Amino acid sequence: MSQQLSINGVTHTVDVDEDTPLLWVLRDVVGLTGTKFGCGIALCGACTVHIDGVPRRACITSVKSLGNASIRTIEALETTPVGRSLQKAWLDLEVVQCGYCQSGQLMSAAALLAGNAAPSDADIDTVMSGNVCRCGTYGRIRAAIKQAANEIQHTTPEGAQ
Amino acid sequence: MSDTPSHQLSRRSFLISTAAAGGGLLIGFRVPSAGGQSMDPTLEPNAFVRIDRTGAIRVTLPYVEMGQGAYTAQAQLLAEELEVEIGQLTLEHAPANEALYSHPVFGDQITGGSAGLRGAWEPLRRAGATTRVLLTQAAARRWRVAPSTCTAERGEIVHARSGRRARYADLVDAAARLPVPKNVALKSPDQFRIVGKPVKRVDTPDKVNGKARFGIDALPTGVKFAAVAACPVFGGQVGTIDDTAAKRIRGVRQIVRLEDAVAVIADHTWAARKGLAALKVSWNEGANANVDTKALIAECDAALDRPGVTATTHGDVQAVEAQAASFYEAQFRLPMLAHLAMEPINCTAHVRKDSCEIWVGCQRLALARRMAAEASGLPLERITIHNHLLGGGFGRRLEADYVAQAVRIARHVEGPVKVIWSREEDVQHDYFRYHNHSRVRVGLDANNAPISFSHKIVGPAVMARWLPVFFQNNVDLDIISVSAGTYAWPNVHVEYVRVEPPTGLNVGNWRGVGASRNAFVVESAIDDLAKRAGKDPLSYRRELLAKSPRLLNVINKVAELAQWGTPLGAGRGRGISVLDDFGSYVAQVAEVTVSRSGQVRVDRVFCVVDCGLAVNPDIVKAQLEGGIVYGVSAALHGKITVAEGRIQQGNFDDCPVLRMHDTPRIEVHVVPSAEAPGGVGEPGTAAVFPAVTNAIFAATGKRLFELPIDPTQLRNSL
Ligand code: FES
Ligand code: FES
Repeated sequence: MSQQLSINGVTHTVDVDEDTPLLWVLRDVVGLTGTKFGCGIALCGACTVHIDGVPRRACITSVKSLGNASIRTIEALETTPVGRSLQKAWLDLEVVQCGYCQSGQLMSAAALLAGNAAPSDADIDTVMSGNVCRCGTYGRIRAAIKQAANEIQHTTPEGAQ
Repeated sequence: MSDTPSHQLSRRSFLISTAAAGGGLLIGFRVPSAGGQSMDPTLEPNAFVRIDRTGAIRVTLPYVEMGQGAYTAQAQLLAEELEVEIGQLTLEHAPANEALYSHPVFGDQITGGSAGLRGAWEPLRRAGATTRVLLTQAAARRWRVAPSTCTAERGEIVHARSGRRARYADLVDAAARLPVPKNVALKSPDQFRIVGKPVKRVDTPDKVNGKARFGIDALPTGVKFAAVAACPVFGGQVGTIDDTAAKRIRGVRQIVRLEDAVAVIADHTWAARKGLAALKVSWNEGANANVDTKALIAECDAALDRPGVTATTHGDVQAVEAQAASFYEAQFRLPMLAHLAMEPINCTAHVRKDSCEIWVGCQRLALARRMAAEASGLPLERITIHNHLLGGGFGRRLEADYVAQAVRIARHVEGPVKVIWSREEDVQHDYFRYHNHSRVRVGLDANNAPISFSHKIVGPAVMARWLPVFFQNNVDLDIISVSAGTYAWPNVHVEYVRVEPPTGLNVGNWRGVGASRNAFVVESAIDDLAKRAGKDPLSYRRELLAKSPRLLNVINKVAELAQWGTPLGAGRGRGISVLDDFGSYVAQVAEVTVSRSGQVRVDRVFCVVDCGLAVNPDIVKAQLEGGIVYGVSAALHGKITVAEGRIQQGNFDDCPVLRMHDTPRIEVHVVPSAEAPGGVGEPGTAAVFPAVTNAIFAATGKRLFELPIDPTQLRNSL
């Protein structure tokens, strides 16, 4: 079945069965490999993408369910101010080790900050606990989210939301 | 693991320089061939440094990047002596070639055992310094001045007296014609400007924008995708296959049958996975169909009563034991563990009639190449491996079984094929850390002071297969490392009883290697002995470590950091551990809370490390932090079990790991030091097991002799 997908602002026509998870369409068909496979059953968060701004696990999101939703992946993270602040904080604090989980971590964190400008530790726990990191970078991720939140708050013009 | 067998660096330390193809200077090591002759001089040596006429500096990094910061640290060593900035270097993975890129101790091309930096420390600095000296000499000649009046600065040679400067780029051709200087002086630590500094990691910018390429991201033109299932019973084989339904799945191209596995080849991974699910396979389960964990444990228990081979012995344990007033005896059991690296096992291979190309992330490239040659039936030199970033290694990617498997599949496929294991396949066909059992017996005098220490170790000899040079006199040198701790026992006897798993159940290295079993055993025993002597665990260790200044220092520092001795609330406790392995000295204090129902939460972990000169202190910290998280995950949850010859776990639901909310706060302190660098990838993991169980002991009075931590044993223990 041929279907059009809007990925990072670009329309792609893909011809796959409608039950195909977005993850494999991104990686194998479209060639966007930044979104990672870690578990395949929504347990690890490595495949996190934004669908109409909402964080979703691409490994269990069938293309059929997408309609003409706007799909954004790690490759487009830098197009948003929140994304850029997070990337900067990630590098400033040297969060990354192997890096394999970090696309998913960043996409989850971006969704968190988009909805909650000053997350508490508990807020961070709730959203980020869906993302596994086997290199154990959790402490630095927490600190980097806070740094990014701080930076965003201080650069946002007064009153602007 | 310890560097016991000493393959000397000198074995391969012919530093050579030559003109690079297309102009420029190339510095590397020439490896003497088996006959002692140097290899064909026209062959390109393992270039560590290449500078071309444009000034581009390309360096080849022998140790792979799996998150441990290897690229950054290696670049720091080279840039330091080359007198350039890290940003001036273009970094390249070393190709697979064991003759050129072997680790000086392991004698093979391996990144692991926390040994990479220890292997790189001297050779990389020497390569950088030699290049710098050649360039300096070339400039001095041109200017007719003494080389000692010239200095190297940021990619230029400067003659301060006359104000003349020359870029490296303009000197490379002249430098390439000069003889290689012998015994180039290396900088002393007080001269370092890059080494020892927390410089920014070089591999990370592409890891925050999706651009980094891991093995799983390889997409050679025309690649097809494979889903694979090996016989669920280890050691079993494929029986019959009915592929009617699988072939009907859209996108499925081909079914490949191997002896022990089936693969479905398709246009994308999902089609391949659907095809695999639709494939009807009957397996010949073979000899292991009835194996279960209970039997494996019973076998290890029984082995504890068998005499073993002597691994270490000092003094006379037998004679002293006759005088002992009492004994401390304890038995410890460690479970089977999987690695669960974040990037599931995968490999892409393209087998042509006369060549084979491989895209993979592997810790042991030369082995991968050898196995690919064997699996393809092609000679070694026809195998090309494109190494990639590794999405975690932890010891799993020290094996290359998946490379051989991908090649065997690719032999049946036209064009390249990417084989990705499902997470379940990754867990169930791991090279596990196997069951490890131990018995400790300590003779005590009338004052409960130890007069003898014996330790019987039961476990597999991974080294016998994996690195035979570490298997000597029937003793696996890894499994016995730090088996008596670093304590001043007057009489020591360590015995080893080898127990191998059933054929087909593969076992290998797991982060922390031998130390991750023995630190738990020895540090648990020490805690018990302190209790018996009526002493505080910290002061008891201090007494026994009186002659180990570096350990004393870290243990004192960590006690201070953790505020050892200050009161904690009910159900809470602190535990301490020390470890001297991998050339590093580590002490940890864990703080835990145990609930009434026996649930354990690790609240905080303090860690002090003296790893000699920390090439990059922030990376050292990150490695310890990560190692601790990896160890706490295993201490709380790590357990792989077998029933009917099958591994019973498969994904993050039944192999739980730490997540953000249950990860302890971790504080790592790095001791400044100018000693040679030690390894930092393993000790965080190895030392945290006993820190946690000792904390549980402090909180509950309950000693845990088995891992993982079993809450039912702690229920109502408060
Ligand atoms: S791969 Fe999607 S959540 Fe793990
Ligand atoms: S950085 Fe390696 S899994 Fe998170």
